Amino acid sequence: MARRRDLPLERDGTGRFLPWLIALMVYLACLALAGAVMLNEASARWQSGLTGTMTVQIPAPNSDRAGEHPTLVAAVLDVLNNTPGIREAQPLSHEKVIALIEPWLGQGNVANDLPIPVLIDIQLHDDPDSGTAIDTVALAIQLEQVAPGTRLDDHEIWISRMLRLSRTISAIATAIVILIGVAAAATVVFATRTGLAVHQGVIEVLHIIGARDIYIARQFQVRALSLALRGGLLGLGLAALTLALLAGVAGQLEGPLLPHFTLTPYLWGGLAALPLAAALIATLTARITVVRTLSRLP
Amino acid sequence: MLRFQNVGLRYGLGPEVLRDVNLHLAPGSFHFLTGPSGAGKSSLLKLMYLGLHPSRGNISMFNQDIATIDQAELPGLRRRVGVVFQNFRLLDHLSTLDNVALPLRIAGAKEGTVREHVAELLSWVGLGNHLDVHPPTLSDGEKQRVAIARAVIGRPSLLLADEPTGSVDLEQGLRIMHLFEQLNKIGTTVVIATHDRGLIKRFSHPVLKLERGKLKINRRLGQHKSAQDKPESSKDAQNNGPEDLRADPLKQISTGDAVDGSSS
Repeated sequence: MARRRDLPLERDGTGRFLPWLIALMVYLACLALAGAVMLNEASARWQSGLTGTMTVQIPAPNSDRAGEHPTLVAAVLDVLNNTPGIREAQPLSHEKVIALIEPWLGQGNVANDLPIPVLIDIQLHDDPDSGTAIDTVALAIQLEQVAPGTRLDDHEIWISRMLRLSRTISAIATAIVILIGVAAAATVVFATRTGLAVHQGVIEVLHIIGARDIYIARQFQVRALSLALRGGLLGLGLAALTLALLAGVAGQLEGPLLPHFTLTPYLWGGLAALPLAAALIATLTARITVVRTLSRLP
Repeated sequence: MLRFQNVGLRYGLGPEVLRDVNLHLAPGSFHFLTGPSGAGKSSLLKLMYLGLHPSRGNISMFNQDIATIDQAELPGLRRRVGVVFQNFRLLDHLSTLDNVALPLRIAGAKEGTVREHVAELLSWVGLGNHLDVHPPTLSDGEKQRVAIARAVIGRPSLLLADEPTGSVDLEQGLRIMHLFEQLNKIGTTVVIATHDRGLIKRFSHPVLKLERGKLKINRRLGQHKSAQDKPESSKDAQNNGPEDLRADPLKQISTGDAVDGSSS
């Protein structure tokens, strides 16, 4: 960019600390971004896993009316199977329901006489626009009439809370990335001002000889670009190592609710953009700082 | 060329170091600027090379009012002014050649012509063997010659020199003065700040005298008119190699086509 380097910028101290600061900032920004992206993907997966399904819960019968229970279940199933839009309604086996409870009570601790509700897993038709949309309110009322106490859960509340949480975390992560960008810009401002002070004598001579502010600014911005790019790539490298390590550790864990630690190309693209963004911020900040400072010279 | 009207200068809230300076340098004129230490010589030079804003009054340079000129045009004006600083102000991290080449490069001269011009001028001031040497290894006299070479390489319209012969011996001093005179003959306006009464006497140029911030002009017109043809100094100069003093330097610095001095 600059044809000549009249300023001995490589001799001042900024070259030593600026890349490390930028590396640290890019590292933190990478982690924040990776966290947000992975959480977004996880919540999208949960959402798609839960859309198109509903659950009906028939409360456990009172011991004195246990005999009626299979009839109630059959009646509920009958209603469900005759509702347009429902592809399939399957009661969960007793063992599956026990397996769902076990994480809370401990394996083998579920007492035999514990009143266990009957859960019916409902699969809806894939295409919600096919004119077979379900009026969940009407269906719930109908089910309540057939079997009092029956609850129809379309997971909407859970999904909306989940989405709200993941959106909040995404917003916080975005704010963190932006704050890191602002901090990086502030660091470059101070480094550039230090450089301007250190090289004040040389800058004055160049100024008096007739150098334009842009000519001097260009030398600072090329320097800032090179230092920020170096630091940014270092930060990206460290973040990649950290994420690979996390992905390795998380991969050994099988948990249905854990976000999957998959490093998608989309995520890598976003991460790779961070050092470039840091370099761009550094270049522009250095330029603006120098031009504004020099504009105060006579 | 350069006009000061009721110019005053103060640093911060301090007293005025220059008061009511009225001055008009005609194109092609040659002036000495003298006065006791602390009289404001360097401050006046700073105003002349646009290194300071006056606290009051008007300065116009090359027919442009400095107070109202577009900021973007100032670098163009500065390129038409060559300055020899009292303490040289060479860039220690650059070689002698790169120091002298600075004005040409800043003005956007083609690199191919720069080295040749600079090397010629440096060899004329006796530093042909020091092209790649860095200033800290040069003596004060050598530094001064580098500083002068840097000031004149762009063939300025106005040349300002602060004690330009202060660190060199008589022979070099006279060579430098003759260089300034030759530049003056081809149209450069010259102002030389000096304490050296001997130097002022040797040449017949009008003297600007500063005393306690006030400027007095001693025109001395015609006083030494004959001295210009046959000055005391020319005897010394002739003894010291007159060929050198004549043709050489201007041939090279007048090939200043590499620099568009008038561009803004």
